[in-house]
Amino acid sequence: MCGIISVIDRSGEPMDGSAIKNALSLMNERGNGEGAGYAVYGAYPDYADHYALHLFYDNLVEPKAIVEQELEKWGTIEVSEMIPTSEQPRLRREHIPWRYFYKPYPKSMGTAATEEDILIHIMNKINTEIPGALLFSTGKNIGIFKASGWPEDVAEFYRIQDYEGYQWLAHNRYPTNTSGWWGGAHPFNLLDWTVVHNGEITSYGTNRRYLESFGYKCTMYTDTEVVAYLTDLLARQHALPLELALKALAPPFWDDIDAMQEKEQTMNTTIRMAYGSALMNGPFAIVVANSDGIAGITDRIKLRPLVAAESGDRLYISSEEAAIRVMDQNLEHIWMPRAGEPVIGRVR
Amino acid sequence: MPIGSTPPKFRVRIDQDQCMLCEQCIENCPYGTFRREGNRILVNSRACTGCHRCIAMCPRDAIDLEEKPVAYRSHPIWTREAREAIFNQAKTGKIVLAGMGNVLDVPPIFDRLLLDACQVTNPSIDPLREPMELRTYIGKKPSRVEVTTKPDGDIELLTRLAPNLRCETPIMIGHMSYGAISLNAQLSLARGAAAQGTFMGTGEGGLHKRLYPYQDHMIVQVASGRFGVDIDYLERGAAIEIKIGQGAKPGIGGHLPGEKVDESVSGTRMIPVSSDAISPAPHHDIYSIEDLAQLVRGLKEATEWKKPVFVKIAAVHNVAAIASGIARSSADAVVIDGFRGGTGAAPRVFRDHVGIPIEAAVAAVDEKLRKHGVRNEVSVIASGGIRDSADVTKAIALGADAVYIGTAALISLGCRVCGNCYRGLCPWGIATQRPDLTARLDPDIMWENVSNLINGWTLEIAELMGAAGINSIESLRGNRDRLRGYMLDENLMNVLDVKTVGAGA
Ligand code: SF4
Ligand code: SF4
Repeated sequence: MCGIISVIDRSGEPMDGSAIKNALSLMNERGNGEGAGYAVYGAYPDYADHYALHLFYDNLVEPKAIVEQELEKWGTIEVSEMIPTSEQPRLRREHIPWRYFYKPYPKSMGTAATEEDILIHIMNKINTEIPGALLFSTGKNIGIFKASGWPEDVAEFYRIQDYEGYQWLAHNRYPTNTSGWWGGAHPFNLLDWTVVHNGEITSYGTNRRYLESFGYKCTMYTDTEVVAYLTDLLARQHALPLELALKALAPPFWDDIDAMQEKEQTMNTTIRMAYGSALMNGPFAIVVANSDGIAGITDRIKLRPLVAAESGDRLYISSEEAAIRVMDQNLEHIWMPRAGEPVIGRVR
Repeated sequence: MPIGSTPPKFRVRIDQDQCMLCEQCIENCPYGTFRREGNRILVNSRACTGCHRCIAMCPRDAIDLEEKPVAYRSHPIWTREAREAIFNQAKTGKIVLAGMGNVLDVPPIFDRLLLDACQVTNPSIDPLREPMELRTYIGKKPSRVEVTTKPDGDIELLTRLAPNLRCETPIMIGHMSYGAISLNAQLSLARGAAAQGTFMGTGEGGLHKRLYPYQDHMIVQVASGRFGVDIDYLERGAAIEIKIGQGAKPGIGGHLPGEKVDESVSGTRMIPVSSDAISPAPHHDIYSIEDLAQLVRGLKEATEWKKPVFVKIAAVHNVAAIASGIARSSADAVVIDGFRGGTGAAPRVFRDHVGIPIEAAVAAVDEKLRKHGVRNEVSVIASGGIRDSADVTKAIALGADAVYIGTAALISLGCRVCGNCYRGLCPWGIATQRPDLTARLDPDIMWENVSNLINGWTLEIAELMGAAGINSIESLRGNRDRLRGYMLDENLMNVLDVKTVGAGA
């Protein structure tokens, strides 16, 4: 199960979080109260050139000291603060959400390492070696807010309605593979990439081993994490345009490739042969986002639902039309994207 | 001989009431098990190899064949095989030869790995209704794809793919040379492979003219003896394979006795009639990984970089390190042959005691290649003891791109795994060059058996993948999450990198 909804305002106009909260709650049949979360792009305009690091701490003593030591090794912490929350009767608090606005020192890892490499190192280090701390969001001007609970409770807990951004993603979870835990709730984030996902990736073992050979470490015990890493690998590290990166994740069938014109055929064959291990199998509908836009895609035989709709500058992608209609009653165009065919919305 | 004879292995009996004295059994048994005396067929059980040819050909079902229980005093350590090997060597003072793969009673690891299936949360995929993709490209892949976006938004591809073999199934037929097996057997295999859109190896015996029609589906082998190798041979193959070692006899070469080198074999191998065809243990121009890399590039240069070049090695303890060297030698695929690999003739002691199982070898190689960041650039072909579609599926889940089958393909031609191939008298016309015996195998009919076998397994793999919710073979490759170890020890599970049964995802 699981329900996803996302929206982009292509003119960059900010939206607050109240509408998406209601839309997500509409899909409660798709969740079981064990996980919900929200991502907002453009959340921190005052710190737009800092990396916004969101963490869960089990306590504010040992893990926090070690994390900060690690952060200070590679950069400066501009702001360190508890993420404001308000207690919810139905939501059991399991961690302390914390955030830093952070700037890595350029070249602190040697000349070749980029800021992103430093951030990935820090994330791997914290999530594999520092018990009691989990770093789950590392983007610039991006906020991820998630917990085990129902969508409305999680939204109230973080006061989602108080944040504003030009792009929102939200997820209502019905965990099946792993038990519900805060870290396992969606959205997943890595640097500029954010993912919400409905489904189960049966190629997880292949994808994970592939990613590990590029130095990624999968620590969240969930298959969604690999989507974020795969997108980072293909779109950032390998610099593929998003359309092609998504093609690698859900490529056309060989029969369809065989029937293409030569140029297109060569392109698709090359992508598929080079990135066979990045192909995602099993039922899924995902939305991946970066600061330029959002893209929704389903698995190659559409075993999970996905609906898209437009109204003016806004593009919506969701599991259900009804959820989109909660956010916008005046939709101009509503359609069901074909299996494996990406729907992409970009800020102008 | 003071030791005297040993007890027969089989007991053959004729139901005289059923027998109609047609003498089919006499004609069909090249080992001379049957003879006629008056109105009776008499039997010399001692000559029987258990090849089952007589039973298959008897029109009356009059022949009864049993493996005889051990007639020696039973002993857990001094088994019949151990004792008979000693008798044998005490008599001859030679190396004892044996055929058809390891016979030690070591449980195949494959049988202790279980596959996964979908239930409820992820739907299984029905291959009868949904596309199921088993197409596998064997060869070098780019580590990344490079493109440029032109000012008009058009995306242009900069990466050029290296030549790959396009297999419609991950099952290929391994190298069995003309000489070791008959031309009719090779023709059946080649036509069967071609019909299924896959490939077959020539072995190191050259490429007979009659196989030219299937050359686009054949991988030509360059072994240490260089038999049959010239530029024409290299150019005819769809790919070239350098054989360094083989699973049935790692670390040693091969030997086709002069008696088997008839006119035709001699022509194809480019050696004189009746001369022993000796493939030395090492290639005399390869004593290091650099030398191997040079040969790989030399062969590519000779064929204008149009053909993938594979390197085949036997699975041994440092197989992962060697494979990694091969991967970086500009080879396109590494073939790993496990210790259950079969062959016409191998010293018994090698066949049973040297090398390691293919399951562990593939897992270790895949792991090492990934650590070195080159796994994606080279294909891995697993061989040696692949018995059914489950073995293929498990080998791929452990990290292989495709498999080679050998014995299984021969069984589809009638081979009964009697293990007497080294005697050159194969009653099924497979491992022999005797014209009356090879005539028993009609390639115009038998290719269908090979084709059916590959087709049947391919359908089964598709079903297994569908059950696991996977619709393309790429997502099975190295997907060890779809496997669980059952009654395997922890160390081995670590090597295989699989969890135990019952452990969650
Ligand atoms: S083949 Fe059968 S029927 Fe014919 S002679 Fe032999 S035992 Fe008798
Ligand atoms: S090929 Fe012939 S001789 Fe060899 S095992 Fe099979 S049946 Fe026996």
